Amino acid sequence: MAKTTRRLFLAAAGTLAAPGLIRAQGTQPIRIGEINSYTTLPAFTIPYRNGWQLRVEQINAAGGVLGRPLEVIWRDDAGRPQDAVRLAGELLDAERVDLLAGTFFSHIGLAVSDFALQRRRLFVAAEPLTDALVWEKGNRYTFRLRPSTYMQAAMLVEEAAKLPARRWVTVAPNYEYGQSAVKWFKQLLSARRPDVEFVAEQWPALGRIDAGATVTALAQARPDAIYNVTFGADLTNFVRQGNTRGLFERRTVVSLLTGEPEYLDPLGDETPEGWIVTGYPWDQVNTPEHAAFRSAYQQRFNDYPRLGSVVGYDTITAIAEAIKRAGSLDTERLVEAMRGLPFQSPFGRCIFRAIDHQSTLGAFVGKTALRGGRGTMVDWRYADGANYLPPDDEVRRMRPQTT
Amino acid sequence: MDFLLVQFLTGLANASALFLIASGLTVIFGVTRVVNFAHGSFYMLGAYLAWTIVRALWEWGGREPWLFVSGLLLAALAVGAIGALVEMILLRRIYRAPELFQLLATFGVVLIVQDVTLALWGPEDLPLPRPRWLRAFVEVAGERFPLYDLILIFVGPVVLGLLWLLFQRTRFGILVRAATQDREMVAALGVDQRALFTGVFFLGSALAGLGGAIVLPSQNANLQMDLAIIAEAFVVVVVGGMGSVPGAFLASLLIAEVQAFGIVLVPKATLVLVFLVMAAVLMVRPYGLLGRPQAHARAPTGSVAPVIRAAPGVLKIAGAIALALAAAAPLYAGPYALTVLIELVVFILFAASLHLLMGPGGVVSFGHAAYFGLGAYGAALGVRFLAVPMEAGLVLAPLLAGLFGVVFGWFVVRLSGVYLAMLTLAFAQIVWAAAFQWVELTGGDNGILGVWPSPWARDKALFLWLALVLCLGATLLLRRAIYAPFGYALRAARDSELRAEAIGLDAARLRLVAFVLAAVAAGIAGGVYAYAKGSVFPTYISIPKSVDALLMVLLGGVQTVSGPIVGAVAFHGLFLTLLQWVEWWRAALGLAIVALVLAFPEGIAGFVQRRWEARFGAAS
Amino acid sequence: MSSIAPVLEARGLVKRFGGVVAVDQVSLSLRAGEMLALIGPNGAGKSTCFNLLNGQLRADAGEILLEGRSLAGLPPRAIWRLGVGRTFQITATFASMTVRENVQVALLSHHRRIWRFWRAARHAFVAEAEALLDQVGMREQADRPCGVLAYGDLKRVELAIALANAPKLLLMDEPTAGMAPAERIALMELTRRLVRERGIACLFTEHDMDVVFGHADRILVMNRGRLIAEGDAAAVRADPAVREVYLGSGTTSGGH
Repeated sequence: MAKTTRRLFLAAAGTLAAPGLIRAQGTQPIRIGEINSYTTLPAFTIPYRNGWQLRVEQINAAGGVLGRPLEVIWRDDAGRPQDAVRLAGELLDAERVDLLAGTFFSHIGLAVSDFALQRRRLFVAAEPLTDALVWEKGNRYTFRLRPSTYMQAAMLVEEAAKLPARRWVTVAPNYEYGQSAVKWFKQLLSARRPDVEFVAEQWPALGRIDAGATVTALAQARPDAIYNVTFGADLTNFVRQGNTRGLFERRTVVSLLTGEPEYLDPLGDETPEGWIVTGYPWDQVNTPEHAAFRSAYQQRFNDYPRLGSVVGYDTITAIAEAIKRAGSLDTERLVEAMRGLPFQSPFGRCIFRAIDHQSTLGAFVGKTALRGGRGTMVDWRYADGANYLPPDDEVRRMRPQTT
Repeated sequence: MDFLLVQFLTGLANASALFLIASGLTVIFGVTRVVNFAHGSFYMLGAYLAWTIVRALWEWGGREPWLFVSGLLLAALAVGAIGALVEMILLRRIYRAPELFQLLATFGVVLIVQDVTLALWGPEDLPLPRPRWLRAFVEVAGERFPLYDLILIFVGPVVLGLLWLLFQRTRFGILVRAATQDREMVAALGVDQRALFTGVFFLGSALAGLGGAIVLPSQNANLQMDLAIIAEAFVVVVVGGMGSVPGAFLASLLIAEVQAFGIVLVPKATLVLVFLVMAAVLMVRPYGLLGRPQAHARAPTGSVAPVIRAAPGVLKIAGAIALALAAAAPLYAGPYALTVLIELVVFILFAASLHLLMGPGGVVSFGHAAYFGLGAYGAALGVRFLAVPMEAGLVLAPLLAGLFGVVFGWFVVRLSGVYLAMLTLAFAQIVWAAAFQWVELTGGDNGILGVWPSPWARDKALFLWLALVLCLGATLLLRRAIYAPFGYALRAARDSELRAEAIGLDAARLRLVAFVLAAVAAGIAGGVYAYAKGSVFPTYISIPKSVDALLMVLLGGVQTVSGPIVGAVAFHGLFLTLLQWVEWWRAALGLAIVALVLAFPEGIAGFVQRRWEARFGAAS
Repeated sequence: MSSIAPVLEARGLVKRFGGVVAVDQVSLSLRAGEMLALIGPNGAGKSTCFNLLNGQLRADAGEILLEGRSLAGLPPRAIWRLGVGRTFQITATFASMTVRENVQVALLSHHRRIWRFWRAARHAFVAEAEALLDQVGMREQADRPCGVLAYGDLKRVELAIALANAPKLLLMDEPTAGMAPAERIALMELTRRLVRERGIACLFTEHDMDVVFGHADRILVMNRGRLIAEGDAAAVRADPAVREVYLGSGTTSGGH
């Protein structure tokens, strides 16, 4: 509360003093403008906020970057792209932040990315998964951390292609993320397995799934296997109806993101077993980097990390590394520093590819299982994002090369 | 064939939950005439409370079915008590306020409940563990069908039967029926209206709570439940006929089956179906399937509107000074302040356009965002498909909005009161669904990006001046229209349609022209907004955006000509402050709305005007 | 037949509601400057008859001619345009406007100036409006909102509104209902004077027999949808059928 009040005064002072006055440099904090859907998707974004808070504290405790502490000015976009865009403007113009970061929903990420291009400022997109962000609508100023729908679909296709299944059905939320995830899965799987056919698709509106009817409609198509992209509340409803109605029996389900604790934990003892998923087995990854991250997180927040926590943590790591590499806060130099930037994630070494500004952060691919009444992942492996991206010439073809 | 049967049964099971919530909503509306937005929140609370209570009971006595049922009922009773409490603390104080203010207050409650639920139960979805008997199924025509869903199918008719008994056999029920038919009559009979209303809120909220509780085995308690269900509940209530419980039952069956089969036939266009059904029903049967005309045909704002007089000189001077300060802003304000100022003038026009309908027109639109959004999309589609420059885009914007205003308005002005409002909502939802799901045309939720101004207007200061000219210019034109013969005729048609027709005025045509003017003006606002932001999204057309417009108009005051201007400034200022500085901004905004409703039931400008006239007398 | 053509002529009007014949073969005619009262016990069909004439209802049979022109199928607002003014049993005025503005709106409509969006309406036809208000004795109250007026005053405002289009025919449904006896006389005196001065034909229904016998030139008596008697006050008073109806129903004077 005290902090809020202080910030109010600062803002008031800033507005009055603007625009000609240049902020004093030196030990002034480096200001990162962060926008996310905090009130719309708290299950993901609150662990995410914890993640970046932890990293900011760690970096500042170690002396900051370029001798200056990091400060994150964060905003809630309430799940509305127009709010995100106006907040981006507010952060740049009123808060005078040095760069932008964050966003969860694909369409919001795209909107802020377009804004960043217009204003020529760096935008480090943390979460939005749509491929368009770095390919069709990619631009010089936007970099994306998480593995995209293409990458995650490719990870799953690798497994799906090994299955005997030939009749597939898909179910996905009817918006950018779902559409893109289904498109790539179909395309990649058909390329590897010309014998598969997709016999039905369901497109429930996000958060509005009519699970019983959807399950019956899918079962009606008599598929061998199911590709699921729903998540959150939709996923739970879908799983429960599917379990009771026997949709998943004698069928393989391949499911995007379902292994992430954000979505797996609410399934509880109804977690279906044997689904092939991408996710994050937080309790089983024992590499030194991850173990250190996990214990620091648990100590700080008295809670276990979710995938969002890792995303928030890595976002700050990458930004800090880029500033160090650039040695300056000048946007153009930051952009050059981001291109090909290596950074250390709890998941391992990654880089931001120069060719399309996509990081090579990977995901864990495995199967779901029930252990002690809770869902978990088994038989998992870390799929390095670098291995699940299309050939460079294809990327060049998809991405506008003018910028 | 088997598939059709199973799908049909699935629809029936969904209908039950829908009926529970809709019957509560319709009973509350029938007696108190409150359009209760918070009903979805009661539904959500029912789910959360059932989650807590059932788990506690299971903890204590094992996972027994009877404890489960008791838990659901306890949760329903608890929600009923919360509903009664809300009625006693808040709504009771504003029954005399215009109906729309009650709606606003309930919207404030929605925001507060969202944050309270988040604070109490946390952000994560809460699943109720399902013991074996909740996972059981029966074989229906060779397909597995959840036993619980089968039970649900009977819950709806059983509740309908119980409600029927309640309404036929108890004094409370008879009073409820009587009040639904003629509220004043019951009051005149010396019935304790306060107790009756509180009782009705208890009943209605308990039904909503039960609706939320019974879906818990098939879906998690989550923070999106409230707004996800409320639009559907409104559709059911309106299609069934407001105040009619059997109507709600029929309509819930209809809507649930339309959804169950709709996802098979048009899996990508699910959102639009229910609203198409609603629009179709209202066009054929303006009072819903089993509804009857409301006792008061018009004057939805309740009490008699005050006389509109010319603005006092002081106000004109103040307006001129404010305009000059705004125009000179680039000289003293930073870029962010200019952005805010541009938004402000856009919202002023948006609010003023709705005010023309709501105030002088007496036409309450719940879907005014449609025309704002159509304006924005008109500009954006022009950019996307025709690559037109901004100047042409700003012409396309009001054109598209006005075109839809003509088509939709033609149907809308034939209805009145809440049904009219609901038809505007249905049309807005149809436009929204098209923007959201017609991806090839509109880009879906990605919206259309790159809608940037022509080079000469890229400079913030120039764009501000452009926005001032277009938006404030249009606002002033609307203002003139209100003072002009057209505005008088429009008010005449609102005050007394009978008398208006008897002096040669065509009330329906007057309202249609007002509707189109409002659509065009909102379209201009939307077009300017699109170029200010560089992008358009389906959220421009969503229900919350329509509610924003209502809030601005009501905060400012429906019956004052300056109301929308004051309201837009107050609302936008409040919203920005809260969004930026308060973590629990939804609860804060909700509390602010409730406080404003209680303190300024005639709106801010209305309040000031009354105080002014009390002190200085009315200007002539 | 008089040499002057009647202003209003109705022939063989029939209106049924379901199986009930509310108006059965009613014919009437009315000349300029004439006050014609339509009376009858409750449910006799007066109001239905009235609503057929003003266009609110459509007749199942028969025709209505205004100066020889058929009104069949016209909505109330079109009938008004042809020169028919109305007052209602329960007053209908524009509560959010002042008395003067009420009359101004009617004048604006009469002069076809409604579809104007620019110039302020309050400067339009001020003199005419005040002249009309003068005639009904409401000029002093011109600036008061109609929402706060006494009932009798509202009736007079209605009359001023009804006169705004210089009507040839004035239809008044129970013009004195709800008024104090002294006010009734005053209003009817006023109406009678205006009708005479302006050569208006006036048809009114009325419960109050004092008003009827005191102010009507001619009286039509309805019962059960039919006309049972017609004539001046003396003739109607003496008519045995009328006496039967009224004595039977126990009402000879006074309102309800």
